[in-house]
Amino acid sequence: MRELTYGQAIKEAMTLEMRQDEDVFLMGEDIGVYGGCFGVSLGMLEEFGPERVLETPISELGFVGAGIGSALLKMRPIVEIMFSDFSTVCYDQIVNQAAKIRYMFGGKNSVPIVIRMPDGAGTGAAAQHSQSPEAWYTNVPGLIIIAPSTPYDAKGLLISAIRNDNPVLFFEHKLLYGMKGEVPEEYYTLPIGKADIKREGSDITVATYGRMVHLCLSAAEELLEEGISLEVVDLRTLSPLDKRTIIESVKKTGRLLIVHEAHKTGGFGGEIAATVTESEAFYYLDSPIERCCSMDVPIPCSLELEKNVLPTKERIIASARGLMK
Amino acid sequence: MIENELIIEMYKRMWLIRKFEEKINEYFSRGEIHGTCHLCIGEEATAVGSIFALKKSDYVHGTHRGHGQAIAFGTDVNSMMAEIFGKATGLCKGKGGSMHIADVEKRYLGSNGILGASMPISVGAALALKKKKCEDTVVLCLFGDGSSNQGAFHEAMNLAALWKLPLIFVCVNNLYGMSMSIDRSMSDPDLTKRSLPYGIRSISIDGNDIMGVYETVSEARSYVLGNGPMLIVENTYRHMGHAKMDANRYRTKEEINSWKQKDPIKRAGELLLKISAASEQDLVQYESDAAERIENAVRFALESPVLAIEKIADDVFAGEVVSDA
Ligand SMILES: Cc1ncc(C[n+]2csc(CCOP(=O)(O)OP(=O)(O)O)c2C)c(N)n1
Ligand SMILES: [Mg+2]
Repeated sequence: MRELTYGQAIKEAMTLEMRQDEDVFLMGEDIGVYGGCFGVSLGMLEEFGPERVLETPISELGFVGAGIGSALLKMRPIVEIMFSDFSTVCYDQIVNQAAKIRYMFGGKNSVPIVIRMPDGAGTGAAAQHSQSPEAWYTNVPGLIIIAPSTPYDAKGLLISAIRNDNPVLFFEHKLLYGMKGEVPEEYYTLPIGKADIKREGSDITVATYGRMVHLCLSAAEELLEEGISLEVVDLRTLSPLDKRTIIESVKKTGRLLIVHEAHKTGGFGGEIAATVTESEAFYYLDSPIERCCSMDVPIPCSLELEKNVLPTKERIIASARGLMK
Repeated sequence: MIENELIIEMYKRMWLIRKFEEKINEYFSRGEIHGTCHLCIGEEATAVGSIFALKKSDYVHGTHRGHGQAIAFGTDVNSMMAEIFGKATGLCKGKGGSMHIADVEKRYLGSNGILGASMPISVGAALALKKKKCEDTVVLCLFGDGSSNQGAFHEAMNLAALWKLPLIFVCVNNLYGMSMSIDRSMSDPDLTKRSLPYGIRSISIDGNDIMGVYETVSEARSYVLGNGPMLIVENTYRHMGHAKMDANRYRTKEEINSWKQKDPIKRAGELLLKISAASEQDLVQYESDAAERIENAVRFALESPVLAIEKIADDVFAGEVVSDA
């Protein structure tokens, strides 16, 4: 099958949607000739023109709000925030406006907006350009939160997100943009709220998402030589969470390792652990639940320091071995 | 003659607002309404004059002090009253309350509990109008003097001017944001200057003169359709405290009384008599009609049921969130 990078897959999803629906448009900083900070939308200006690839000033509060306002009038904006870290300056628009408008107004209208945000560390960009802020948002009812790990998932999930009538936060790990994978040329959707078992196994369930999926898969490969079999569950959607798939997997393996790049304390891993301990899967556990996450320190710049803060394949392997003792 | 009828209609609507607010105040004072509310007594001409100058196809975004704006827009007082009483028959099923009176389908984009948030949203609504090529339609965004200190105001001004949107910014200047007077909150309290750096025309008017407000907004409506946004500062005063708990410690009785002399309803009544469009008796009749209408609204609200508790979690999302591929 044809291969695309993760970034190209995202561009293809946006392009297919914009070709078939005049109401879909892209908005954000430097998304035109520059192609967006990570080059995702390169070439889209040429195809769709400046009204549908609408470049904004450095004004996240203003243009995220404008996206929401246009969605109230039944447009379907895709808004790119250059780095997910910058979503703090428009936090109100996401949390108090987009997420709440439907409920507060008694369900008579919806806010079909997709906010795409590159997240994650590994670029040496330090504490304000490297975060994984999903959990800042998972505590907010009314938001759909997606974090795809492969080009195939990114295309199908982004199309589903644009078709969905609710506000969607779409987290794209910036180290994945160049990653290649098979992507069908045609238009297809993937289900929101459904996890995907990326590798079957029998000893440990690894619940993870985003870039960490790949580290977990290579850890699984290595651990097989020691006779430890990992089942890698890619959550794909954090809200709403596919609890059933996690629970069934833990019932099978009896062990749970949670891996995410966000900091450990208050991270989404706590929610995954609680999901298991609140369910019948609790009685199947053969060992305590383990979390392998970023340390609770701001992401440092220096390569050596940064590496030590983030989960690595080695740390994942060590956590898995610990669970088997 | 048409003008006479218009003034009579606006006069009646101002009374409807006044009676609505007085009734709400009565129930609040007795602790019979759950929540908070911001009354607009004294500011009725800003709401009615501004909104009557619009066409049926136009959109309005109101403020937290928005009951009058919604009533001016034509929102049904029964369902508004029921909303504030927290009933299932309320405009938003009791989920929104006083600060979230909204009817997006009917083009009332709502009041907003977050000061400043409405401005970028209004920019987005106006952007959608431009995209959908709705040529004879505008958005009117109301906000208080205090809210013009938010960054959102400045971002919205810039975007609206940059994109030449059909947007009328109406600043309801009642001289205070809660207890803080404009002299203490603004480095330069001349609100009209705030739009000038963005190349946006502005004008300051007597907000208690119903015809002056009406005419200014009518002209602004034509202006923004061809030229992009405009700012109108409507100078007025709130007779009541800011919200439920306000002992008026930040202003004097003399100041309040001097503004009561400039009551917009009284002034509109005097105008009607002067131009012989109504008799003293007519005026009394209009007032008592409004009072009766509000009595009925209260009865409707009191007799209405509270939303069935099973429906508490409805309306968070539109449609089925967990989609199938
Ligand atoms: C972001 C935000 N900050 C503070 C408040 C609390 N608050 C509600 S109304 C108000 C005063 C607003 O003043 P102004 O904009 O002049 O409107 P007015 O109340 O005078 O109509 C304040 C401080 C809020 N609702 N939202
Ligand atoms: Mg004020």
